[in-house]
Amino acid sequence: MSEVLLSHEIPGGAAWSVLVRGGRELKLTATGEGANCSTLLFAAHHPVDRLNVPDTLKAQMSARIHAPMVLMSDRGTALCSVTGSSLDWHDALSGHSVDVAKYGPSSYSADRNAWRRSARDGFLSELRKHGRGPADLHACVNFFSKVAISGDGLLTFAPGHASAGDWVTLRAEMDVLVVLSTSPHPLDPQWNPGGVLAEVRPAPEPGEDDPSWTFRDESARALRAARGVLA
Amino acid sequence: MTGTITEAALDTTVADGDGFLGTIPAGGTFRIVDLHGNQAVDTLFYDAADLDNRYSAMDTVREQGSAYLTAGSRLLSVNLDVLATITEDTCGRHDTLGGACAQESNVVRYGEHTRHQHACRETFLRYGAQVGIGARQLGHNINFFMNVPLTAEGGLTFEDGLSAPGKYVEVRAERDLYVLISNCPQLNNPCNGWNPTPVRLLGWW
Ligand SMILES: [Zn+2]
Repeated sequence: MSEVLLSHEIPGGAAWSVLVRGGRELKLTATGEGANCSTLLFAAHHPVDRLNVPDTLKAQMSARIHAPMVLMSDRGTALCSVTGSSLDWHDALSGHSVDVAKYGPSSYSADRNAWRRSARDGFLSELRKHGRGPADLHACVNFFSKVAISGDGLLTFAPGHASAGDWVTLRAEMDVLVVLSTSPHPLDPQWNPGGVLAEVRPAPEPGEDDPSWTFRDESARALRAARGVLA
Repeated sequence: MTGTITEAALDTTVADGDGFLGTIPAGGTFRIVDLHGNQAVDTLFYDAADLDNRYSAMDTVREQGSAYLTAGSRLLSVNLDVLATITEDTCGRHDTLGGACAQESNVVRYGEHTRHQHACRETFLRYGAQVGIGARQLGHNINFFMNVPLTAEGGLTFEDGLSAPGKYVEVRAERDLYVLISNCPQLNNPCNGWNPTPVRLLGWW
């Protein structure tokens, strides 16, 4: 495995953002039980171009995120490919937590750095560091979480979906801004956030038989569009 | 039935492939009539006092535990405010996870030859510009009358609509709203029954 360029452990209930250069891989590993990693993606070069979950799902005929799907933007480009994962289901239907009052009152004053903040608070804090704000919030992927779907479209949170050591790798298909929150999934009844280790390393150049390129014609077209962005 | 057509404050027809931007005052009732059946009506709602407080598909789905919208569904904003409530629905199921078509997503889904076909995102941008709704303000919309079944295995498909000529959906505005509509021009999947058709908009307030 190639050299780790950046390694950062995000504690549970925190937020972080990182610019990942195209051609590198971001590996997220759950370091504890109860991990959830709500994730926004933006094209680093473009103020508006961002992850579009509906386009990603419908182009690949899936209601869940799994390898080797391609995560697509509003402008029909691949931002990242999900190159591998120990889990075959990551939620993208549920959005991020907005209000954490159901877990009881919490404040910095009372709880110091263990105070409970929503993914929204974390996202906005990170987005503003990059000159972005509420209008840039969009649907996210909740890595390590599953929300089961019944035949009639009812959604149910699946507790304990991920364990410590579960992982997912994203290959950046262009320079991307990744905004992460490790606050619990919005449907998690418990405040027991697990941490996530984020590692950036060079990714092997995809070959002809790369699973994301061969997955579906739609995936390949989005990947081709990403190559065209800065051509 | 909220009122007679002749009392309507709003009564307009949106041609296939065209759009609409309007306001609905708090307490007003807004109806979309699928005149010919099987028409996807891509719709966004915004708090008229704060464009950032816009309709959120994912918050709406999560908070009600259901992927589909129908009578009784509350349409939530990103701040979890109830923007509107679906009060009547003669169709039975509406999609909010499929998003809108765009020139760029058409290329991804159907190929390069669709690059210059008309798409909903263009309609949203053209009509939304009147009140400052740009690309950054476009959230994920509702597709009234569209059928996007999900499966327990995590699959997603597009199917022929459940709608039929004259079916309608009605919402009550819970605050002053902008409604932004693209009457979908999509010709590449069955969401419009391969033949986009006009819809009628009615409002009572
Ligand atoms: Zn459309």
